Amino acid sequence: MAKKQAVSFKLNGKAVDVLVEPRELLIHTLREKLAHTGPHIGCETTHCGACTVDLDGMSVKSCTVLTVQCQDSEVLTIEGFEQGGALHALQEGFSEQHGLQCGYCTPGMITRAYRLLKENPNPSEEEIRYWMSGNLCRCTGYQNIVKAVQHAARKLSSASA
Amino acid sequence: MIPREFEYHAPKSIPDALDLLKQLGDEAKLLAGGHSLLPMMKMRFAQPSHLIDLGKIPELKGIREDGGSIRIGAMTTENELVWSKVLQAKCPLLVEGARLISDPQVRYKGTIGGDISHGDPGNDHPALMLALGASFVLRSAAGERVVPADGFFSGTYATLMKPDEIMTEIRIPVPPAGTGYCYAKLKRKVGDFATAAAAVTLRMDGEKVAQVAIALTNVGPTPLKARAAEDSLRGKALTDASIAAAADLAMKICDPTPDQRGDAEYKKAMAGEMTQRALRTARSRASR
Repeated sequence: MAKKQAVSFKLNGKAVDVLVEPRELLIHTLREKLAHTGPHIGCETTHCGACTVDLDGMSVKSCTVLTVQCQDSEVLTIEGFEQGGALHALQEGFSEQHGLQCGYCTPGMITRAYRLLKENPNPSEEEIRYWMSGNLCRCTGYQNIVKAVQHAARKLSSASA
Repeated sequence: MIPREFEYHAPKSIPDALDLLKQLGDEAKLLAGGHSLLPMMKMRFAQPSHLIDLGKIPELKGIREDGGSIRIGAMTTENELVWSKVLQAKCPLLVEGARLISDPQVRYKGTIGGDISHGDPGNDHPALMLALGASFVLRSAAGERVVPADGFFSGTYATLMKPDEIMTEIRIPVPPAGTGYCYAKLKRKVGDFATAAAAVTLRMDGEKVAQVAIALTNVGPTPLKARAAEDSLRGKALTDASIAAAADLAMKICDPTPDQRGDAEYKKAMAGEMTQRALRTARSRASR
């Protein structure tokens, strides 16, 4: 067996250390070693986006990143969104606008939308659809997901104004 | 799906990476963005014993203009291409092409150098590089060589790159102001490879074609430079008839593999259609 490597990174602001085989994928480390089961395993083939996490300011599919690549990185998962018992604007948006039905894609959707709104705080509907196109939802038809992101964009921009 | 066991190496400089490559030989694969190689390893289509991650080498990143050429570090990501002010101003074809690659998450990780050196005819940068007259900087322990994109792609997953070489930089001559361009890509859905795509750069002299380059994606074992189609247009007016004739010549060099995206005849027809669309859009963007 290939020698295990110690990897240290920040997960939702807290320092974590794990001992992993080089072949271990980030999604497995998060779910199985660090008990962060918010990011889901959907397709395991880089298509569906259910495993999306934020890695050093990038939305990435954590089924296609090796944990050993994350040394000194900052990782944000859905578990890091709620602050002091208050939902993040995106979580509120998905709830208020019915942006989910079964909820399986939602952690990936919200984590992706978070980075989108950091880069483009006031996206048009077309921009939301283009920049969210790496996340699949089989329930909603996307209409209410777009509304949820717009809801969050409005709330975040009024809060920062 | 989990890859077979391997050892992971993360060199901090190009010389360190070259040393590792020399020492590990055929057992090693270079890891760029990992969005072709890691899926192949998960499927066990690739089973390297060592991975040399190029992601921690800062000198492999960045986009700058140097004299008459744009230099792009091989580990520059698709997302960085999309947002580059230099490329938006000087080489919008590359921005248009990168925007059509896979999906946002993949574009944060996928790199231009990985896309080119993988040698997959479904990748988009190879045809874009042919249309832009790019060249590639390949470095080994023995030194550095610069090879033109035209001739670099020798077969499916095969290029002129040697096993002891690392692609460090992509050089693109800055297209003259007023150059028209287009990447017309037909894909079934976000994230899919092209059914067929055409990259065009075009300079007009009044109503006549001064210079044109046409390259095709995913309709042969390599990206294809549509030379006869280009020759048919030079010095001529760009009319419906001359565009259709050029598209017919482009279709003649296609040798697509039938798959779930369509049979060979359909893919050839789509290569012709993409060639026509790319030429028309390039014409509308070119100054006279």
